Amino acid sequence: MSATQHRTIGFTLNGRAVSSSVAPHETVIEVLQRDFGLFGARESCGQGLCGCCTVLVDGTAVSGCLYLAAFIDGTNLVTVEGLANQGVLHPIQQAFLARSGFQCGFCTPGFILMTKELLERYPRPTDEQIRHYLSGNLCRCAAYPDIVESVKMAAESLAQPRRHPLPKGRLPSDP
Amino acid sequence: MPRLEGVAKVDGSVEYIYNLRIPGMLHGKIHRSSVAHGRIVRIDASAALAVEGVHAVITAEDIVKVVPNPYYGPAFHDQPILAIEKVRHVGEPVAVVLASDSHIAEEAADLIAVEYEPLEAVFDEVAAARPGAPVIHDVLKPAGTFTDLQYLGGRSGTNVALDARVRRGDVAKGFAAADQIFEHTFRTGKVIHATFEPIVSLAELNAPNGLTIHTASQSPSFVRMEVSRLLGWPENRVRVRTAFLGGGFGAKLYIKLEALVAVCALLVRKPVRIALTMDEQFYTITKHGATVRIKTGVKKNGRIIAREVETYWNGGAYADIGPRVSQKSGFTSAGPYDIEHVALDNYAVYTNEPPAGALRGFGISQLVWAYERQMDIIARTLGIDPLEIRRRNVLRAGRPHATGTIITGMEIDAVLDRLAERMDWNRAFDRGSGTIRRGRGLAIGLKACISPTTSTAIVHVHGDGSCAVHCGTVDMGQASDTALAQIAAEVLGITTESVRVVHPDTDLTPYDMATLGSRSTYHMGNAVRLAAEDARTQLLRIAGTAFGAEIVELDCRDGAIVSPTGDRLTFRAVMLARFGMQAGTVVGVGAFTPSYTKPDPQTGQSTDVTPFWMLGGAGAEIAVDCETGRIEVTKLVNAADVGSAINPASVERQLTGAAVMQLGFTLFEEMNFSEGQVLNASLADYKIPGLLDVPRDLAAAIVEVPHKNGPFGAKGVGETGVFSPSPAIANALYDAVGVVVTDLPLTPERVLRAIRESENRPLERD
Repeated sequence: MSATQHRTIGFTLNGRAVSSSVAPHETVIEVLQRDFGLFGARESCGQGLCGCCTVLVDGTAVSGCLYLAAFIDGTNLVTVEGLANQGVLHPIQQAFLARSGFQCGFCTPGFILMTKELLERYPRPTDEQIRHYLSGNLCRCAAYPDIVESVKMAAESLAQPRRHPLPKGRLPSDP
Repeated sequence: MPRLEGVAKVDGSVEYIYNLRIPGMLHGKIHRSSVAHGRIVRIDASAALAVEGVHAVITAEDIVKVVPNPYYGPAFHDQPILAIEKVRHVGEPVAVVLASDSHIAEEAADLIAVEYEPLEAVFDEVAAARPGAPVIHDVLKPAGTFTDLQYLGGRSGTNVALDARVRRGDVAKGFAAADQIFEHTFRTGKVIHATFEPIVSLAELNAPNGLTIHTASQSPSFVRMEVSRLLGWPENRVRVRTAFLGGGFGAKLYIKLEALVAVCALLVRKPVRIALTMDEQFYTITKHGATVRIKTGVKKNGRIIAREVETYWNGGAYADIGPRVSQKSGFTSAGPYDIEHVALDNYAVYTNEPPAGALRGFGISQLVWAYERQMDIIARTLGIDPLEIRRRNVLRAGRPHATGTIITGMEIDAVLDRLAERMDWNRAFDRGSGTIRRGRGLAIGLKACISPTTSTAIVHVHGDGSCAVHCGTVDMGQASDTALAQIAAEVLGITTESVRVVHPDTDLTPYDMATLGSRSTYHMGNAVRLAAEDARTQLLRIAGTAFGAEIVELDCRDGAIVSPTGDRLTFRAVMLARFGMQAGTVVGVGAFTPSYTKPDPQTGQSTDVTPFWMLGGAGAEIAVDCETGRIEVTKLVNAADVGSAINPASVERQLTGAAVMQLGFTLFEEMNFSEGQVLNASLADYKIPGLLDVPRDLAAAIVEVPHKNGPFGAKGVGETGVFSPSPAIANALYDAVGVVVTDLPLTPERVLRAIRESENRPLERD
């Protein structure tokens, strides 16, 4: 391990071109935390089973605790920090906020990113699609009923023509 | 009421100790025992030290240079910071590698070679309590914290760390007068918290002579006291701070990694961070497994007249808070029932398994599993409806609990009514036919909030009308920041959003016992209310002088003091009146310790054993596949007497969240052991509930009975949802197919075996 060969990778991180020098064994999570100070993706189970480490690579959700950093060379990487637009929370984030789809919050970014992938594939998901799509994300506080409601609210909100953007931190007055 | 920290939780920026990096810090990785009980013959760290990047390898030999007597624990000083001479469970920390890179530390930790002389080990709590069992600790060493444990000091040759009893009436007489006697033994295995934020602590030295511990802890005040005691330092040199916790559930209480990182930092004079992986959590703290023997004497009409309960609590190798679980929950083991003759015995037992401590419910769910499972067996035998038999026996206001404390502030009938209504209990129920059978069941469980404990709070009112609450309550997901801000805001007549709750930092926030046992809303809620009232009184007094009015005539609302004639004085104007300028701070202080009467050590009798009773009921409908033994919970209702709900949505979320956690403990979660080794120490092999496990019909039903001493009538609720789902589901299984299952969890194999045995065609054993 002491004689590892570092290599420089380049990728798009939340819309910005970046580069990083990574060792072969390093994971996406380690690089995001160490080089970019991003902690929204978190390692918990360390086996790609809980979903706390979820990030989107070219639009597909992957487990950042297992996905090697070397593989993100040349890709478009999105973390939860990249969802808000100029200080305005993404509609999925707004829905999780309005419906309190969280308790301790540790798993929340993973659920939000998985919801993003879900709603891009199925803009009007059925309950069954929601349950199955999010079954790979775990919440030990078991805020599941509120998470499902958040996803439904986000789907509705995204299906509406956009109204005036809301400032970050404010709840939609007419959801 | 949206949560104050909500935006930070959905945009990923919320602060956890997990995120903290300190320049120059070293990462620690623990080398753990591979045997369950053994004498350490030799530790060879040479290969680890040879790895490039390794800064140091720390063993007990180094620890004692800083802490001569390095044993810690909230109930007993029995747990060494690193193993000394002996190891007592697989996974016990033996050495720590410190390196600048966590991968290097991990690689080097694996290279440490430890030679053990194996000792005979004991794992079962009943076997460990018998005379002649291998003795795990030479002598019992109660901590000074709890005076009622002092009598155990110096006891040797036993694994029973605590024996606690309750005696009421005369059980022999009661059994003699009974029409029928029921005797069963129920068991629950060990399960774990699996908090998603790791158990993580960092320590750094502060010039000239201080130490700061950043830790994901539910009990920062205790950490400061215990680390100060270990180091022999005054408490004001040890600063302990925390942030939001990514889950707690009891895993992050008392000392976990804090003493270890503190001593490592002192030894190497550098900041040290240790974060456990998920698999290490399995070797750090668990819920108690328990064996509950319950004997109940009843009259033909279903009235229980005598009950004897003997509970053995598997505490693992170190006591942690186990003796408290055994006693404080053990005294409720007769259930929420009005019984004339009661004898309850609880044994906290050391075994060679990983330590057991508090896990959401503090022992209650193990007891409810026994007495509510037996209740349905009694009901069916006597031909009485399960709801009706409970109605005939429940404790009502004004009646004495088994401890002698008169019941007040709890309405069990109201919870039963709500359950019956939500379960539509009087409707005919289709039990199905063929291989899929259906059943329904219910259960109720009782907890006494732990006592005596203290909370202290400080409220700062600033010149601009904003406010800060300084308190030691840790928000680990239960929304305490928001609830406490609501309480301060209500008293001060300001918006909840203008209150900031300052997170625990022992340099800034005053003493709080801990965030545990559903105590914070009640205890800290009262302390914050008192502190806000103190600040309010000061604001009114200053304004009264300015208005020339009596303070009783004034009101504090919308960020101003209002006189009877409608004159308003903003907080800024109050500051001007008080300090001669528009800046300043009005400081309010509040402390709350509920009344308490210590139980008699021989009989467990007390006139005032708890500040409030918690009552949680569950109703379940299930479908069971008789060919596979798989249970599907189709409906789960969780009803609870919650006092007045300060934030009803948060209360419901706590109830259903707790119920789903307990659903995992009911259906599939169980640590499997072989010779003390955990066979399934990962989320790959130890499954926790996901979305597909959540019942389609999952509901909370809150019964609001304002508590006379609670802040705005509230009482605690964080644990209530775990009490009753397990027996409710097993009672539904009993209703569906008539089989008696005595052990948790209700795995398909266990259920199928029970079904096949009931059909006289048992499955072969392995």
